[in-house]
Amino acid sequence: MSGMFLILATFLAASIEGVEMMAILVGVGATRGWRSTLLGAAAGFAILAGTTVALGTALLNLPIQRLRLVVGALLLILGLQWLKKALLRIARPGARRKAAAKSQMALQPEPHGGIEWYAFVVAFKGVLLEGLEIAFIVVTFGAEADQVGRAAAGAVAALVVVGAIAFLIRGWLSRIPREWLRFAVGLLLATFGTFWAAEGALVRWPGGDLALLALLGVMMATAFAYLGLLRHNATTNRI
Amino acid sequence: MRYIRAFLKFWYDFIVGDDWTIAASITVAIAVTYWLVQSNIQAWWLLPAVAIVTLGVSLWRAVQAE
Repeated sequence: MSGMFLILATFLAASIEGVEMMAILVGVGATRGWRSTLLGAAAGFAILAGTTVALGTALLNLPIQRLRLVVGALLLILGLQWLKKALLRIARPGARRKAAAKSQMALQPEPHGGIEWYAFVVAFKGVLLEGLEIAFIVVTFGAEADQVGRAAAGAVAALVVVGAIAFLIRGWLSRIPREWLRFAVGLLLATFGTFWAAEGALVRWPGGDLALLALLGVMMATAFAYLGLLRHNATTNRI
Repeated sequence: MRYIRAFLKFWYDFIVGDDWTIAASITVAIAVTYWLVQSNIQAWWLLPAVAIVTLGVSLWRAVQAE
């Protein structure tokens, strides 16, 4: 593999993982607070860097399937919970205030000076899992061509580009109504969670990573169908 | 002791939340998926199907409870 081709291949492969990582970070940051999300991401990167430096090529022996299973299952469960709350609040605005009062934590702003642990943990997991996959790509591509440094440069460039795009759309995201943002994040977490948890259970998705897009489409269609039913139900009950 | 309790409560809220059926059904679905894959059945469809049904049931339970 030539140097330029190696950098390009690593850049593209790492970009896909980077987009998944940034989707989680931007979504969680916009709904639960940026400081805790960035702290969680920083902690994830720190553990990742330590593991990568300590293990080197032995990184490939890490049980990534088990990690996918655990992280995927947790994200799926959390995503479904968020999606459920968002759907109920969007469909039944009257019940929104009651539910918000009941579940204070769900709508609480980030504690001043403290850490919003939900945001921290989700960001940490997202960075650790996706970061490990990027590290695997670097080690695999780099070791094969005996040019780990160039492979790492491609991956870092991908993260910088994807990170810059995420930073640019941050302001735009803050203008989206909170419940719709929660809806989108729930949808993303449930989709990634389903994909990773199934991969962790050794499933081979038809179409490989493209199945992620199909899964997102199915989840979105389902969520909108449930939203329609909830709205219909709310209207019928008012009459 | 207070910290341990707070730590456990955080993870309980994180995983179980306000509806334990979501965590339970997803856990069972993953276990069944793994078992089916071990039996040479590519059960990629099972987890999305369970997630969709679980969300519907959980929404229905929430509406009934109101």
